[in-house]
Amino acid sequence: MIIEGKCWCYGANIDTDALAPMGSYQGENVLDGAKQCLRDVDPRFAKGVRENDIFVATENLGIGSSREAAPLFLKALGVRLILASSFARIFFRNCYNIGLPALICEQSPTINMGDKLIVDLDLGIIKNLTQDVSLSYEPIPEHLYNMVLSGGLLPYLKKQLSNEHN
Amino acid sequence: MGRPMSMTLSEKIIAQACGRSNVNSGDIVTCKVDLAMMHDSSGPRMAGKMLDELGVPVWDIDKLVVITDHYINDENPDHKKIQEHARAWCKSHKVKYFIREQGICHTVLPEYGHLKPGMFCVGGDSHSTTGGAFGAFMIGIGSSDLVGVLATGEIWVRVPETVCMKLKGTLQPGIAAKDIMLKLCSKYGMMGFNYQAIEYRGPVVEKMSVEERMTLTNMAAELGAKTGIVAPDDITQAYLSHVGITAIDAKRWQSDDEADFTKTITLNCSSLVPYVAAPSSPENSLSISEFSQITLNQAYVGACTGAKLDDLRMVAVVLKGKKVSKNIDFFVAPATLNIRKEAEKEGILKVLVEAGAKVLPSGCGGCIGLGAARLGENVVGISTTNRNFVGRAGHKSSALYLASPYTVAASAITGKITDPRHFF
Repeated sequence: MIIEGKCWCYGANIDTDALAPMGSYQGENVLDGAKQCLRDVDPRFAKGVRENDIFVATENLGIGSSREAAPLFLKALGVRLILASSFARIFFRNCYNIGLPALICEQSPTINMGDKLIVDLDLGIIKNLTQDVSLSYEPIPEHLYNMVLSGGLLPYLKKQLSNEHN
Repeated sequence: MGRPMSMTLSEKIIAQACGRSNVNSGDIVTCKVDLAMMHDSSGPRMAGKMLDELGVPVWDIDKLVVITDHYINDENPDHKKIQEHARAWCKSHKVKYFIREQGICHTVLPEYGHLKPGMFCVGGDSHSTTGGAFGAFMIGIGSSDLVGVLATGEIWVRVPETVCMKLKGTLQPGIAAKDIMLKLCSKYGMMGFNYQAIEYRGPVVEKMSVEERMTLTNMAAELGAKTGIVAPDDITQAYLSHVGITAIDAKRWQSDDEADFTKTITLNCSSLVPYVAAPSSPENSLSISEFSQITLNQAYVGACTGAKLDDLRMVAVVLKGKKVSKNIDFFVAPATLNIRKEAEKEGILKVLVEAGAKVLPSGCGGCIGLGAARLGENVVGISTTNRNFVGRAGHKSSALYLASPYTVAASAITGKITDPRHFF
């Protein structure tokens, strides 16, 4: 899987109330809710983010609630990859469960707003094209990578269940 | 294999749940789930809907508990729709344990006798860690993970390292479990124990009520932990027999003497002072002496963290015979209807109402910015809840301080953040 896109960079402790404010998602129209994503942190984000963009944060991304709307909004807005120095554990699982790869990358703070990255998840390479440097990340456990390739836990389960029936 | 390896309590529960004789931290294992809990926000409308898309039934209806506590008790048509959907879903899936509008899931679950030591449990809410107070291993998960559990009865986990959190000494009058947690948030931050399990031990825990232990395990989430846990003892047994669970294997569900804790942290609680978290993160906690000039408009006693019977008792101790400041809107939302009933019986609710409290429905309410206690524009509040992120409890311009039930009560009287020890 290769992802090439422009980075949106934020700091530490971006919480789930910031990503998916209470009441922004009632389980129906994801895109409507996603317009509220980060409204109190950076109102430009939801309007400006484009298909294939990359979301970057430093420590403890996604701390707070278990609400899956947090990564779901990022995905709905076009984000195809998340990089952070570290993740809150439920958010991390939620990302993979909805088919959005989340990479633990210690050098996340070196990336600047608007930098272009190319990431090859099969080869394990991140290249910052703007700064012309390579970055490294913690390898994705195999079962999580397979889940992302299937598009998330639900499609993964569907596949498994239909295999069982065959 | 020779002699069985020493394990921590969390490792023992995970080993049993994944059918192995032992596990080590870092292992990725697939566990059979003893109980799945979900509420009206994460449950039927999210996980339930996805399960129906998969077209498979709930793996074991005896192991699912659905509790409505988020979008309840108001006239909002969207919220009513969520409730209707939850009812219809539970009916069509023949959910055996559907507990409607009886209080907050984390306090309702043990009240209804669903938790006991040694269980491996998941909940569709980040504060599901609360269940650890009963010697269960309970983690919070998102809706897709819930679907996985509902469909298969299993979930993968990485076996966490266990941190031994030794609480030594004696809590002084006016100091509560909440102060311990805010102190730990200030010292270690919201990332302090990411992926780890915190086992609370030591003389302070041994003397603590189950409800105070629930504050410790509830706010393990604010330390970034996978869960918090307290090994069962006579106090656990006494609580559980009250809810109809008579036989627990307290001896079995203990960490071994030689267990491999990743580290041991000792906190001397004898010298602990009240702590308060400034906006907008629990990790902005400081000793109360730093907050003398903060004027408040609202005080809230509520949530799974801060409106259990013991929390209401603490508030009543401070408020007995007093009135809250005329500049303060003072709200109390008992965590469950049972707790409300008990508080009435003990005369506590009367003390609170006479002091000026408006009693609100038992649900998540003000903690998530719903109902009468929602923080308005530029309102400054203090509350017994667990999170004060920007906009969580109301308008983004509001400011929320987190504190113990004692401190919230004392502050409600004076209208300023106030050290409750003045009232002892």
